[in-house]
Amino acid sequence: MTDFAITLAQRKKKDNISRRTIFIISLMPFVLIMAVTLALLARSWPILEQYSLWDLLTSTVWRPMQGQFGFLPFIAGTFWVTAVGVILAVPPCILTAIYLSEYARPATRTILKPLLDVLAAIPSVVYGVWGVLVIVPFVGDVLRPAFNAHLGWIPFFASNQPTGYSILSGGIVLAVMIAPFIIAVTYEVLKTAPKDWRLGSLSIGATRWQTIRHIVFRQTCPGMIAAVVFATSRAFGETMAVMMVVGNVPNLPTSIFDPAYPLPALIANNYGEMMSIPLYDAALLGAALILLVMVLIFNISSKLVLRRMLRSNWL
Amino acid sequence: MKFRWQRRHLGEVIARILMLFSFSLVIGSLGLILWTVLSKGLPALTWDMVSQTPKGGFYLGKEGGILNAIIGSLYMAGGGTIIALVFSLPLALYLETYLKDSRWGDMVRLSLDVLWGIPSIVYGAFGFTIMLALGLRASLLGGILVLALLQFPIMTRAMDEVIRRMPPNLEQAALALGSTRLEVATRIIIRQMMPGIVSAILLAFGRGIGDAASVLFTAGFTDRIPTSLMSPAASLPLAVFFQLSTPFPEVQQRAYASALVLTIIVLVISLGSRCLSHLFGRHTIT
Repeated sequence: MTDFAITLAQRKKKDNISRRTIFIISLMPFVLIMAVTLALLARSWPILEQYSLWDLLTSTVWRPMQGQFGFLPFIAGTFWVTAVGVILAVPPCILTAIYLSEYARPATRTILKPLLDVLAAIPSVVYGVWGVLVIVPFVGDVLRPAFNAHLGWIPFFASNQPTGYSILSGGIVLAVMIAPFIIAVTYEVLKTAPKDWRLGSLSIGATRWQTIRHIVFRQTCPGMIAAVVFATSRAFGETMAVMMVVGNVPNLPTSIFDPAYPLPALIANNYGEMMSIPLYDAALLGAALILLVMVLIFNISSKLVLRRMLRSNWL
Repeated sequence: MKFRWQRRHLGEVIARILMLFSFSLVIGSLGLILWTVLSKGLPALTWDMVSQTPKGGFYLGKEGGILNAIIGSLYMAGGGTIIALVFSLPLALYLETYLKDSRWGDMVRLSLDVLWGIPSIVYGAFGFTIMLALGLRASLLGGILVLALLQFPIMTRAMDEVIRRMPPNLEQAALALGSTRLEVATRIIIRQMMPGIVSAILLAFGRGIGDAASVLFTAGFTDRIPTSLMSPAASLPLAVFFQLSTPFPEVQQRAYASALVLTIIVLVISLGSRCLSHLFGRHTIT
């Protein structure tokens, strides 16, 4: 009996020690978020001290050699590419998710899940290669002349440059990249709509589409918006694929056929060679900080909504 | 009652057509990507490509292969996965045993999700500033650490979701027999959930090997196979990127072949984890 008491005490002690150790690990995510934010803030401090934040964010001139750091072209580029990508991705993705959750046979669902996983697993540089090989020529040789001929008078569709390296190309590539996220999250959200409401609506003679529009949509609208916001936060940070097709010209874009220069591309293209120019590295880390803040706002707000709707979503 | 055609039925038909159209659009773009990579990559893929390191003038179209990048990528993603695993597995088990249904557990999950959302380019810039502060140069070690940082939240959350599906009666039976929660975690949950844990590890490995932006500054790029933790290391995504940005068609061909190699590795991991998980299910009680 004493033996048992001793081993029990030992086991309890082990249990306690491991609990305390892992508690420290559980602090790590918070610490890492703080560390990333603070490190970027500290390193970009020199430029925030010299220029006012408002000037940095609204100036359009980017000439690091002359000490002019205007982030507006890059922020605008990020927003344009992301907006085009999200607008292109949302309708087909939500329709696909509805199809999967309301119409498709179980067999289709079991096949599609692995396919979506594959789509999500393809590395972004492969999307970039695909964009360069397929999307850029398609946009440059087919869409641009077509839009120019028929809708060229709208500034939004004007073609001011002769190649396909443009916001539209970046947006199309981005749309395909975020599609698995939107479909997966929307599908989960649709599953939360109560079954008996659906059945009630169907039993009084509504068609399935009426049921979806009037019952399911109303129930799941916040979740779907959150899914889109979440996908937007992923789209902001996409670097390689977008950088390879978007043209990387630091001007304010006015049309979807203009090239743009998103924030991640700015960092990726210039970091590592900025040592000799004063304030350049502070400016680039400032760009990373702006990107981080944008992503955090979108990500956290969407997560808070989704968390309430589905208790176990992790995408 | 006779069926009467109404406007709402037209709406149903239109909705269905639109849905099938978008469904095939999604599947079609996946097919188009795989077909593009395959049709462009296969002609350029030779045995030399995957078995040799770049020789002089490789980036002008001369002899050589991308073995340096393949090995470098495997080293970095492998190292990153191992380091991430050391933290992820205990944390995931902790979340599902000690912190089950607690507010603090939800906070930790939220912070992991936020960490997951941070773009890899930001991790890259962060890693590079830390390395500068410590006086390190771009090296294999830097690449491994940044990838570990990137993989840690992915792996933890994936494991967490897997372990949540643990049958509660098994856990309760073990607790009723007088085991501590540590023993439940290490002896019952790990064994029961092994297949899912393995696929979580492979998921994180796949994300790590495909990521380019984070290793861009931290691992550097070199034509040699890394020999120590302190030497710079090449990686496949960057090899694709650099080869594609040269003006020579021969080198661009190689970029397609490298992209194919990368895609094959990722697909094998992604699909393989489904089949492989049965192998680790020996101790699973159903």
